[in-house]
Amino acid sequence: MLAALRERYPLADVIVLGALAALVIAVPILNLVVPTDSPLHISTFTVTLLGKYLCYATLALSVDLVWGYCGILTLGHGAFFALGGYAMGMYLMRQIGDRGVYGNPLLPDFMVFLNWPELPWYWWGFSSFPFAMAMVVAVPGLLALVFGWFAFRSRVTGVYLSIITQALTYALLLAFFRNEMGFGGNNGLTDFKDILGFNLQADGTRVALFVVTAIVLALSYVGCRAICASRYGRVVVAIRDAEDRARFLGYRVENFKLWIFVASAIVAGIAGALYVPQVGIINPSEFAPLSSIELVIWVAIGGRSSLYGAIAGALLVNYAKTQFTSFMPEAWLFVLGAMFVLGTLFLPNGIVGLGRRWAK
Amino acid sequence: MSALLALDLDEATAADEPQPGAKDVLHGSILYLEGITVSFDGFRALDDLSLYIERGELRCIIGPNGAGKSTMMDVITGKTRPDLGSAIFDRNTDLLNLSEPEIAAAGIGRKFQKPTVFEQLPVFVNLELAMRANKGVWATLFARLSGEQRDRIDAVLHTIGLIENRDLHAGALSHGQKQWLEIGMLLMQEPRLMLVDEPVAGMTHQETERTAELLVSLAGERSVVVVEHDMEFVRSIARRVTVLHEGRVLAEGSMDTVQNDPKVIEVYLGA
Amino acid sequence: MRIAFLAALIGAAAIAGSTAQMHADEAALGAAAEGLKSSNFRLKGEAIDQIAAEGSAQAQAVLRALLDGRLYITRATDQVVIAADGAQTPAITGAATGADLGSADKSDLKRIIINNQMRGSLNTALARMSLRAPDAAARVAAVESLFDSLNPDTVAMLREAEAAERDHSVLHALRTALALVDLESTNPADRRDALETLSGSMHADVRNRLVARLGDGADGAPIEPDADLRATTTAAVARIDRARRIYGLVETAFFGLSLGFVLVLAATGLAITFGVMGVINMAHGELMMLGAYATWCVQQLMPDNLEWSLVAAVPVAFLVAALAGIAIERGVVRFLYGRPLETLLATFGISLVLQQAVRSIFSPLNRAVATPGWMSGQWVINDALAITYNRLYIILFSIAVFLTLVAILRFTALGLQVRAVAQNRNMARAMGVRGGWIDAITFGLGSGVAGLAGVALSQLTNVGPNLGQSHIVDSFMVVVFGGVGNLWGTLVAGVSLGVANKFLEPFAGAVLAKILVLVFIILFIQRRPRGLFPQRGRAAEA
Ligand SMILES: Nc1ncnc2c1ncn2[C@@H]1O[C@H](COP(=O)(O)OP(=O)(O)OP(=O)(O)O)[C@@H](O)[C@H]1O
Ligand SMILES: [Mg+2]
Repeated sequence: MLAALRERYPLADVIVLGALAALVIAVPILNLVVPTDSPLHISTFTVTLLGKYLCYATLALSVDLVWGYCGILTLGHGAFFALGGYAMGMYLMRQIGDRGVYGNPLLPDFMVFLNWPELPWYWWGFSSFPFAMAMVVAVPGLLALVFGWFAFRSRVTGVYLSIITQALTYALLLAFFRNEMGFGGNNGLTDFKDILGFNLQADGTRVALFVVTAIVLALSYVGCRAICASRYGRVVVAIRDAEDRARFLGYRVENFKLWIFVASAIVAGIAGALYVPQVGIINPSEFAPLSSIELVIWVAIGGRSSLYGAIAGALLVNYAKTQFTSFMPEAWLFVLGAMFVLGTLFLPNGIVGLGRRWAK
Repeated sequence: MSALLALDLDEATAADEPQPGAKDVLHGSILYLEGITVSFDGFRALDDLSLYIERGELRCIIGPNGAGKSTMMDVITGKTRPDLGSAIFDRNTDLLNLSEPEIAAAGIGRKFQKPTVFEQLPVFVNLELAMRANKGVWATLFARLSGEQRDRIDAVLHTIGLIENRDLHAGALSHGQKQWLEIGMLLMQEPRLMLVDEPVAGMTHQETERTAELLVSLAGERSVVVVEHDMEFVRSIARRVTVLHEGRVLAEGSMDTVQNDPKVIEVYLGA
Repeated sequence: MRIAFLAALIGAAAIAGSTAQMHADEAALGAAAEGLKSSNFRLKGEAIDQIAAEGSAQAQAVLRALLDGRLYITRATDQVVIAADGAQTPAITGAATGADLGSADKSDLKRIIINNQMRGSLNTALARMSLRAPDAAARVAAVESLFDSLNPDTVAMLREAEAAERDHSVLHALRTALALVDLESTNPADRRDALETLSGSMHADVRNRLVARLGDGADGAPIEPDADLRATTTAAVARIDRARRIYGLVETAFFGLSLGFVLVLAATGLAITFGVMGVINMAHGELMMLGAYATWCVQQLMPDNLEWSLVAAVPVAFLVAALAGIAIERGVVRFLYGRPLETLLATFGISLVLQQAVRSIFSPLNRAVATPGWMSGQWVINDALAITYNRLYIILFSIAVFLTLVAILRFTALGLQVRAVAQNRNMARAMGVRGGWIDAITFGLGSGVAGLAGVALSQLTNVGPNLGQSHIVDSFMVVVFGGVGNLWGTLVAGVSLGVANKFLEPFAGAVLAKILVLVFIILFIQRRPRGLFPQRGRAAEA
């Protein structure tokens, strides 16, 4: 009886979803209801920080899906995150309306500054929230579809694939730095005012964004879990282990890789879209190869192909990053570097693997 | 289209007429390889190889290391594209135009020389994935195992003697067990043509005998091509043996015939 | 003993003699400079003529300072001095002697002022002096500086110089200048001859002057009245344009080559570790950075020997990077053979550590590595084409490094063992090759080459903690494009990518050109996953 229940609802899944549910209930109360002078009060700053972590955790899930389960070491997932973020950022820019520095009702500030005569066509429609949300999903998804279609069909694998994913994000980095692209160049998009009419600086909006982020993470977790538990997920693992064998069993390996890559890119894009309103800015540095490769280490530290490992890794590494960058900024890169080296040498399965070994 | 193709074949076989039953080749053969040439940087791994496998036949292929046996299987399963020649499956399927998954879907199954199973997946799942089913992306995403399918997998698990290990990760199996698992996966695929590369390497004597029985029982309903170095094993199952050497067919016939062929003796015992 | 004494005596006398001569010069210059103190512009003009007649380098410096408004009279000692710059308390030197006089506050100095007429004569005087400069290139520059200010004075000067000039390139410049004068002549035959001469030039000023003559004058009539000559002028402009375009292409190709060879240099080390050993070393860029910092350190250690420091830096950079590489291989990479993705991550971690280490030790600011004299300047081939020496030397250096590596791999015992290990590790070990040792040496070799690339890069960009990062993606692209495991492929890929990049730049701009190249490679790899020159055989299948 208990065993059957365990099988149906594995402990780790229950813990992850339970913790997220607890956060969704507790954080709004502790921030909005509990008085500011109470020791239990959580500041809005902390709420936003937590929200940021959960966005990272969602992003880590997407990386685990392709790397952990499908064996595709992507060094460019930051690109999908950033594209989702830009799509959201464009909506937020349009919401500013004539409240910008130049007070131009038709053009965002940076376009006025650069003397753009009119809104470029690819900005059309971003005043509409549903359209922007569709783009949050469509743009990363389409890029992944096109890129993956080329890459997987021609059987680019292993480190080659890693390197061209890195080249992809690097090319986008260079492109978004250009003012001519119409995405704010170096400075990116910022100075947002409100979302769906709610003031972005208000505590209530911050808390609501946090709650949405937590729910999205939970849904992504359940979705990824469902994919991995299906036969499709098994085939994907099979492809990771022995690609040729899967092919000779009649599976079109490239399609399997392609769709999991697209799904993962979409999850990354959604994470980016939730990240931008909370941190208040999106700029090309999100495309930097370093940011993308950092994601991989979250997953590696947490433990690959378990999903909850990715979440744990993202939270842990980012918490460490916050601590180090505020107290010992010079030490952070040493620590991060050491994590890469020691993690791969001594923790091949991350902390999850360590936990499993202890449990045995 | 298929009629045209058949006509072509007719002419081709009539032209070089190696055996008396040439007409039969067209109607009775499940696999038809003609003039296959594969070269790697000028080295000819297969050199104008022709081979015909009949429906329901159990064919053994022997030959020294590097003779091109595995390369031939690579050609049939679409892994290697030949420079020249034609490969027709079941009368009208041109294998050279198909990708590996399409060939597998057409009904050709293969066991690799080096056992390759999905090490991180349980034995049961290995078989589930091999099972004949719709293997598209959407179909697998929503696939559910029926009771009947479950029974079938369990039956195969019995056949290959791994019922005790059904939930063990395949990576934890011994070499011989992996061989069995791969044979099991082949069974789950229910192919019309099975290509089995060195199935008994790493097996005990009894296991070898059981494999022999299994393969013999499969033939008839399916066509089976076995590549083996173990002569005793070959003798125990073979009706017809083909000897490959330097990418060509050196001899073909019953085990006794080929064993007494002076060319074969020379190749095996060295000049 | 006596002879030695005698020799010493003669030597001393000679030195004394030349010092005496110097003192005489200084005295004359000093006397002339005194004239500048006068407030009378006529007297000042005479003084300028006297100084110009001196013709020495110091005289030239005085006139230049006067023209630039840096010549002062000290209020306290009433000396004529040259200020180094326009700072509030500039460093000053004596006008006649060039002796260092420390520095002085602006308020203690009185500037010697000049009028426009003097400015003109100063310009002419300076040009005249430069026209007598010992260096031919300086004379050419002097002539070209006069293209804009051709007047009867300067023309006379140019004609004088033409009569005395022997050097071919200077003569060419002189004739061009005189032809520019003749272009304004009222005699059509003169103009025709001038056009003849000028159509062989490639100077931008000449072209502009010719284009100007095709327009209309202030009175609305064409400047060139003769229709036939107008056609000749148009043809001459077209000819100049064509020549400039061709040389422009040559120059672009050269820039492309130099960029390409930098890429080759950066990528060959990678081609060894990645291609030959199958190890993907993300810290490769940081090894280049180490090489560049090693160069900087060597320069700091031998400040008096700038010319040689770069040469000395070559072995040092190689060793530093090679040792770092060996440490990385022994400490980390060797535990990860056969797990390329893990290797990638671990070496990336090392790259972060190295970056931060450099940032902590040398500060996060960029360091400028000085360029020695023999590498600076350019080789002027003609008016439209000049080749900078540093790029030329870098190309030669890359070729030398590349050929050395190819030779090492092909002809030495080490090379044989490396290739054996690369093809089949176990087999090589069975044959008695010490795999671990070979791995370490190979890795060290590849890393050392990265250090050499760092030396080259230090001459092109600033040396900073991000130097490695900005080159690593490019280097990988080169290796992958060329085909892993093939040094010649790396060469072809690096050079062609560099040239392609530079040819795209004029149309697309630097950033877009780079993006286009990246996108091209991404698409290319998808068509040919094994690069331009794929490695064949069973090993490649694994
Ligand atoms: N991808 C490849 N590249 C280069 N040569 C290859 C490749 N594949 C096979 N060969 C060569 O082709 C020849 C035939 O190889 P094949 O594997 O077909 O032999 P085999 O008959 O199966 O031998 P064995 O009994 O050892 O399995 C061998 O000499 C082998 O080295
Ligand atoms: Mg074989």
